[in-house]
Amino acid sequence: MITVKDVSMSYIKGAPALKGVNLHVRKGEFVFVVGPSGSGKSTLLKLLLKELNPDYGEITVAERNLNKLKRRHIPAFRRELGVVFQDFRLLPDRNVYENVAFAQRVIGVPNKVIRRKVPVMLSMVGLAEKYRSRPDQLSGGEQQRVAIARALVNEPKILLADEPTGNLDVNNSWEIMRLLEEANERGTTVVVVTHNKDIVNAMKKRVIRMNHGTIVEDMGYGGNIEEV
Amino acid sequence: MLYSLRQGFKNIGRNKKFSFTSIATMAACIFMFSCFFSVLVNFQNMVREAESSVAVTVFFDEGISDAKIDQIGDVIRKRVEVSEVRFVSAEEALHNFIRDYLGDENSELASAFLEDNPLADSANYEVYLNDVSMQGALVTYLKSIDGVREIKQSEVAAKTLSDFNKLLGYVSGAIIIILLCAAVFLISNTVTIGISVRQEEIAIMKLIGAKDGFISAPFVIEGILIGLIGTIIPLVIFYFAYKNVVSYILGRFSILEQLLTFMPVEDVYRTLLPISLALGVGIGFVGSFFTVRRHMKV
Repeated sequence: MITVKDVSMSYIKGAPALKGVNLHVRKGEFVFVVGPSGSGKSTLLKLLLKELNPDYGEITVAERNLNKLKRRHIPAFRRELGVVFQDFRLLPDRNVYENVAFAQRVIGVPNKVIRRKVPVMLSMVGLAEKYRSRPDQLSGGEQQRVAIARALVNEPKILLADEPTGNLDVNNSWEIMRLLEEANERGTTVVVVTHNKDIVNAMKKRVIRMNHGTIVEDMGYGGNIEEV
Repeated sequence: MLYSLRQGFKNIGRNKKFSFTSIATMAACIFMFSCFFSVLVNFQNMVREAESSVAVTVFFDEGISDAKIDQIGDVIRKRVEVSEVRFVSAEEALHNFIRDYLGDENSELASAFLEDNPLADSANYEVYLNDVSMQGALVTYLKSIDGVREIKQSEVAAKTLSDFNKLLGYVSGAIIIILLCAAVFLISNTVTIGISVRQEEIAIMKLIGAKDGFISAPFVIEGILIGLIGTIIPLVIFYFAYKNVVSYILGRFSILEQLLTFMPVEDVYRTLLPISLALGVGIGFVGSFFTVRRHMKV
């Protein structure tokens, strides 16, 4: 589902953010990417989203070679992905329903379908009753659940999550991880960048450890980490 | 489309201050454009009327036959620059002379002239033109016609009217272009501010997989709406202003009624309305479309 071959990338010449990274994620896997700040985790995620382009190497995501992907095909590619961020990135002037519906409007889903699908998605993340609330009326955990509903409403093949529990307390963090795991059980490939070693150790998923822009260890399933 | 239209309206609401400034500036530009336009069309109308009163007089050879005079008349009428040809007989020429120069107090002299017309060879054609600037060419042609003795023309009047008409066109054109450039610049600025304020929203849209067209459509619609609103408001105001100003000038300075013939507001708006609306929508589109393209790259 995701193949990263010998990828290097620099923001500033001479200071590579990623150096010769190789990674293969199979369809339906749940992968944690861990590592200290500045290790290249978020850069890797941005490359997978084609927000950035590699200086060297080749990236294939959902059977698309990102090196050869034309600009006009990027929107179609991104529709096959769901993205969740640490800071939720909800539209502050729209309510919960509209935030989730927005992801469907963007890809031209008819209103009739949106009206049917969004409430189902909101029920799934436990926010059916708060559909009229605005993001600033919700807790951090609730906002992240809206973000997950938005990421999953278009049934993406891959879900990329960048520190999804970074701003949440323990209970909410577990709630979010439960939602991601459920999505994975429904067949979505999930890649989560995180600092939260308790969650990583408890969930027994595949763990990739990064440091200084390289993958230092692919710990496989159930890998335990001492520190991130 | 409906979604983009709704968002376009919402964008104006979200960005009230800048939208208001843009609409106000656009309205000022279109109002000034309307002023210049109405002055221009009224002047052109007056010049046209003045042009139509400038005539070239064609005199014939002595002893020319009536048939030959008719033949010359037919030839002149066929010229495209000629709007009207009027035959003035020797008798009519004399009557005009008596009326203009002798009056009632010289009736004895006048009756003597009637018995022996001193203007026996003054039968002529008064030739009126569509376009005064063509007078020179017409005169050259008329001189070459067999049976034509003399041509009288008002070269200065023709040249002055023609030059003034051109000058007015150039000045108005230049001012209108400057105003329109200013309007494009302002709308572009408003849209740029709108884009920068909603940078986060645009980034989210891109990550979700929105196409450039979907992201940019509300901004382009916003620009078009600003252009449209900024056009309709001054057009409504100018409609009533024009009527009132014309009736005030003609009421207050009745002497001008003979000199100035203002066009009715409906006639002015027959051209002004579609041009202004096209300008408003066009400026809104150009100002927003290219700005959005410049600022939005996936």
